[in-house]
Amino acid sequence: MALKLHTESLHTEPRLGETAQQMTAAPPASAATTVRKWRHLAMQREVIVLLAMVLFNLIFTPHFWSLQTFNVNMTQVVTIVIVGIGMTLVVATGGIDLSVGASMAISGALAPMLFLNIAGPGGIALAFVLPVLAAALCGVFNGLLVTRLSVQPIVATLVLFIAGRGIAQVVTDGSLQAFNTPAFQWIALGKVAGVPFQVLLMLALVVLFAWVVRKTLFGQYLLITGGNEKAAYLCGVPTATVKLIAYTLCAALAGLAGLISISVNSSSDANVVGLGVELDAIAAVAVGGTALTGGKAYIGGTLIGALIIQLLRYTLLAHGIPDAAALVVKAGIIVAAVYVQRRSR
Amino acid sequence: MTESGKETPHSPLTRSPLLEMQDIGISFGGVPALRSANLSVAAGEVHALIGQNGAGKSTMIKILTGAYRRGSGSVRFEGREIDFRTPKQAREAGISTIYQEINLVPFRSVAENIFLGREPRRFGLIDWRAVQQRAAALLESFGLQIDVKKPIGRYSTAIQQMVALARAVSSDAKMVIMDESTSSLDEREVELLFTVVRKLRDDGRAVIFVSHRLDELYALCDRVTVMRDGQTVAQSTMADMDKLQLVTRMLGRTLAAVVQDDAEAREANLARRGKQMISATQLGAHPKVSDVSLEVHAGEAVGLAGLLGSGRTETMRLMFGADPLERGSLSIGGETVALKSPQDAISRGLAYLTEDRKAEGIVPELSVRDNLTLVCLRTLAKNGVVDVKKQQAIVDRFIASLGIKLRSADQPIRELSGGNQQKVLLARWLAAEPSLLLLDEPTRGIDVGAKADVAKIVRELRDAGLAVLLSASELEELTAVADRAVVIRDGRTVAELNGADMSETAIMDAIAYGSDGHSQLAEAAQTANAAHIEDALEGDRHGA
Repeated sequence: MALKLHTESLHTEPRLGETAQQMTAAPPASAATTVRKWRHLAMQREVIVLLAMVLFNLIFTPHFWSLQTFNVNMTQVVTIVIVGIGMTLVVATGGIDLSVGASMAISGALAPMLFLNIAGPGGIALAFVLPVLAAALCGVFNGLLVTRLSVQPIVATLVLFIAGRGIAQVVTDGSLQAFNTPAFQWIALGKVAGVPFQVLLMLALVVLFAWVVRKTLFGQYLLITGGNEKAAYLCGVPTATVKLIAYTLCAALAGLAGLISISVNSSSDANVVGLGVELDAIAAVAVGGTALTGGKAYIGGTLIGALIIQLLRYTLLAHGIPDAAALVVKAGIIVAAVYVQRRSR
Repeated sequence: MTESGKETPHSPLTRSPLLEMQDIGISFGGVPALRSANLSVAAGEVHALIGQNGAGKSTMIKILTGAYRRGSGSVRFEGREIDFRTPKQAREAGISTIYQEINLVPFRSVAENIFLGREPRRFGLIDWRAVQQRAAALLESFGLQIDVKKPIGRYSTAIQQMVALARAVSSDAKMVIMDESTSSLDEREVELLFTVVRKLRDDGRAVIFVSHRLDELYALCDRVTVMRDGQTVAQSTMADMDKLQLVTRMLGRTLAAVVQDDAEAREANLARRGKQMISATQLGAHPKVSDVSLEVHAGEAVGLAGLLGSGRTETMRLMFGADPLERGSLSIGGETVALKSPQDAISRGLAYLTEDRKAEGIVPELSVRDNLTLVCLRTLAKNGVVDVKKQQAIVDRFIASLGIKLRSADQPIRELSGGNQQKVLLARWLAAEPSLLLLDEPTRGIDVGAKADVAKIVRELRDAGLAVLLSASELEELTAVADRAVVIRDGRTVAELNGADMSETAIMDAIAYGSDGHSQLAEAAQTANAAHIEDALEGDRHGA
């Protein structure tokens, strides 16, 4: 089956490539420089892979063309993409954040304590705000370790990776909190025009942060800091602040993802919420074309990267290949993505 | 070339040469890096190899150690024709290299580092006791008593250098190459290291010593080979070549070729200059800057002269707030300031073009547009959102006014030539509308045409009323732009040469001897009379 998928994608690639090129070449072709072309080509590669996988499924997977399948696949990636957006920002500075799963757990542990104990809309509102702020605080902690104490990002964030989940368990006494609070859970279970609200929220965040990276001062400083930190510092870029903001945003987004995660499950278990999400997020970032060495941030790429990984898993499952084997294929895709990145440098 | 490699020393080699490199040539991408370079080193001597940046010293060493393959010429070591393909082969043949960044393993013990890869074994296992005993004995023979079980990273750079030397000795190196080994050591440590080097020499080993500190060369070396533009321009015993001759050969200026026609223009410029923009008083920061004082006024260009490693870059970094100031004071626009960061300096109207364009200048993957507006980006943002139209306008303006050649502003800056990259970086600072420019080697590594362009731009900026402080290894380039020069040597200001007093000769004089003494030479230089200079040199030679 896997072999078949492979040959199929090879066959479809040129055709899709053409159409994609026509689409991107729509603006004045004369202005298209190598950079633009390159960036588009780099982005195209991921888009082509994704489209090829969709096409494969349309032909070979029964019932693929349905809103339900769409919703299932999309809701599966929501938390990974939201965490992945933050991860993209941190990776753009040349860092990495291993503590996102722990941030999710902390936020997920706090929220039910708020809306279960404080009645009315006030409790719901607080349950959205405070846990995200608590997660953001974790990010500030990470950022200070990285900037003030110059701890390597992977080590700095390992601290909360280990301790964060423990904190969440201490807060909840290690017990599972089950609930049924539709007003709160609407963030995950609500639907707008048949599409889950969490999917729309995810897409909105992708658009927002893609804009932040491209158009704002912070976005530019982020790429400059990651691209050449020494030069950035000598040019007056507040590199420490930029990094601090990146880690804080990353943790806050993880906090939000934590809220969605517990809403989906109608329960919060500090042992489980966001478990392993850091690796999925990093994988999405890598497959999405953001260099792990820093200086680049493709938010859209991270969305596509997450979708590729999810769709691959779905495809394999739909064709009767066990999840355990799917993990191996997932690893293979990450290796391939990083390899392609290295070659195109 | 005015001088040729044939100018061989008066004193013939008393010993047969251990190493003989003849007519070495090599090209990189069609550009010759070495053309008929020679180097001859005897066993039992310390041989100085000197030259400016890009003169070909490192290339020569890399060919010798097998990192590069030579294009032409011959290399004989111990009388045999050799052609190393890898550094390992050179090591095995007995040529050991000690780099500035020492290649030791910081977390392993001193003893392990000395015997790394060659550990004495017993029954197939490493005999640690033997390792430690032999290491301790070896270091003791250098007069060094340290705990060989401690990680090497805990010791000072000087001790690390000596451990590296010990490693070379223990592997029976016949020749040790020391590349800028002393650049991060203080005086006491240098003396310690020299004791060891002399011991190696007395054991009959050959040492090639690369350094830019003239005093060290005279203190340590027996003979010297001077390189310039990929050629050997002089070989001599140290005793037969005084400092001024050495500097002259290195910088490629003959004393007679002093031009003075700019003097009037410089004087006129200095008379016109505006108020003082920056004043540095007795700046100091360990280890490179010990006592530097200088001031720059609006509308003048001041040259910061000195050899490589004399503290030019470090001085500029102190003035820009990039490194913390340990001693001395700095005033900008008449107000004494304590700069906390470059950001501080920028907000006070300073700009700093770094020497190392690649490591500290460009953001390689970003576009020319993003690179050019890096510093002024802050002013282009409204509520945190960058005004793209304003940004493009600035980019277009500077691309046109500085004549930057590119396909598009969207192009990543790494695709541009060195000269165009430098113009983008210059534009980056000019876009922030500074009042004082610190330019560290603005013409380094760019082609001749771009050099002329950069010089022209700097002159125009000065005429527009900016204060400019610039350094350049090439004195010709310095005197072409600067109205006066401040000469630093080993982190100290040793001379200030104004207007008509500034000439390449006078600068070289100051570099070689410092401010005190040899005014005879400076006077001779002022009259630009070759005969006088030669006379002065003669006198000096006898004096030395």
